Amino acid sequence: MKNGIFVPKFGMKKSGEKMSLMEEKEHVDFTIHPLGDRAIMVTFGTSIDVTIHRKVKTFANYLETHPIEGMIEYVPAFTSVTVYYDPFSVLQLKKQPSLEKTETAYEIMYSKIKQVVLGLENSMEDTKKEVDIPVCYGGEFGPDLEFVAKNNNLTTDEVIHIHSGGDYLVYMIGFAPGFPYLGGMSEQIAAPRRADPRMKIAKGSVGIAGKQTGVYTIGSPGGWQIIGRTPLELFRPSENPPSLLQSGDVIRFKPISLKEFTAYKGDSQ
Amino acid sequence: MSMTILRPGLLTSIQDLGRVGFQKYGVIVSGAMDCYALRVANILVGNGEGEAALELTLAGPTLKVEQDLLIAITGGDLAPTIDKLPIPLWKPVYVRKGSVLQFGPCRSGCRAYLAVAGGLCVEEVMGSASTYLRAGIGGYHGRALEADDVLRFRAPSEQALQLIEQLVKSSDERFSTTTWSVTTEFAIPDEKINTIRVTLGSHYEQFAEESRNAFFDQVFKVTPQSDRMGYKLSGDPLTRTDAFEMISEAVTLGTIQVPSNGQPIILLADRQTTGGYPRIGQVVTVDLSLLAQMKPGEQIQFKEVSMQKAEALYLSRENDLQELRAGVTLKMTTE
Repeated sequence: MKNGIFVPKFGMKKSGEKMSLMEEKEHVDFTIHPLGDRAIMVTFGTSIDVTIHRKVKTFANYLETHPIEGMIEYVPAFTSVTVYYDPFSVLQLKKQPSLEKTETAYEIMYSKIKQVVLGLENSMEDTKKEVDIPVCYGGEFGPDLEFVAKNNNLTTDEVIHIHSGGDYLVYMIGFAPGFPYLGGMSEQIAAPRRADPRMKIAKGSVGIAGKQTGVYTIGSPGGWQIIGRTPLELFRPSENPPSLLQSGDVIRFKPISLKEFTAYKGDSQ
Repeated sequence: MSMTILRPGLLTSIQDLGRVGFQKYGVIVSGAMDCYALRVANILVGNGEGEAALELTLAGPTLKVEQDLLIAITGGDLAPTIDKLPIPLWKPVYVRKGSVLQFGPCRSGCRAYLAVAGGLCVEEVMGSASTYLRAGIGGYHGRALEADDVLRFRAPSEQALQLIEQLVKSSDERFSTTTWSVTTEFAIPDEKINTIRVTLGSHYEQFAEESRNAFFDQVFKVTPQSDRMGYKLSGDPLTRTDAFEMISEAVTLGTIQVPSNGQPIILLADRQTTGGYPRIGQVVTVDLSLLAQMKPGEQIQFKEVSMQKAEALYLSRENDLQELRAGVTLKMTTE
């Protein structure tokens, strides 16, 4: 591919340009859009699946180890990675011969990111971390466990067995600090959100909303069906990184008794 | 070097330019709603632009000045006084030990910034002093200020000390201020319609044609359900032609998203890191100050600008700030 084929358009009214790298065995399809005047978003697909997640993760890993000049931070999501940048620092790159024709910081970021993404190899190094999350199901900690069971014609024990029986992939962290968006929950235990959201859901609460499951990492209002609670701190503001989990990790829920919950002091590993 | 809070005001919190670098862990940026006003306040007292300051909302606090201090107040006009005497905004003011700094009724704008020479002495969490109210971290024990809280400050910079020397000589009143002030581009919202410039969002094209037009043609009102997280607007509902479920992705300062009720929400300082609603537009960075100074009930009309224009406005504003800093430094050290 020659340079300069994809000229970014300003005030784009279309949904961006689609690009693909035909030379590679596996296509790397992606689109690039601005997100305001200081961020740029690369999207690798339109559905939540493991293949797209891997592309997101590969690009995010690259940014972690080779930060683009002028980049402030990046945010991986289900299908996209957003790069926040400082236009002033980015414009310093105009001195580079390959970028002298660019006019704006956005064009420079666009060109740099396109170059990086086209060069990415979909080698999925197995860097994932596996984490056990202890959960005390039901009772005071899981007021909606019965509802989830009834909703699916199961016993509460069956719900616990199914919920704690599978591996879950952390697709992304968002919504709240350290909050994992998880993939892999069995549809057998799906349940609609509460019609009347609770004003306060305790930190550590494990819930189900539709086909998703998740863990509240700070106390907050919310409409998820709460089936249990973990004593594990998923958000750790004084540590770096402040989140126990990261995009790409694999977790398992491990049932514990109320006694074990109360006595819990340790870590997951 | 300290101040004691006598009355906390409506919502007074410690903020700087935000907690950056941790959004990938779901940690929100927070920071001042009006970063421009915060930066100018810091410049006026010889601080680094990103020092932590107090953000005051609508009804400001009452504070007892426990030591002689150099302060500056910028942003909205919340009627600041020292021992009941009005003091100016957008100027360095030297206040004496024992005086009381009190704010009155809000005359214009919505948020004011109080910076003190040397900067607030608070522990940083993840590289920032900003208060993240919902997670209870940063700022003053992770919460808004309350009565009897004591704020401590670090030693003023060399240039602040030079200015203090000038101000001490000039007067022995309860407070003294400079003969100069800064001219800023600071815009205060008024009762008419406030124009907010936007670039088109990634999902603009998914909206029905009449909604795309209505987004720019109609006047939106800021509702009372507006806070540091975002402003909820009300107007004729905006609808999408293709209402498929969105997949959560990053959102940013000034992102305008439209949930299923068709009423836009502008995301602000305490926004979540990711969102799952379609993004119809994006407020240009330089207009976020004006937005932060808007109160519920006030009116907005959006105006489209290109990405190129938005970036040029940003760069020009940054240049102006650097010139302002250079000018103030000169005044502080040579007069």
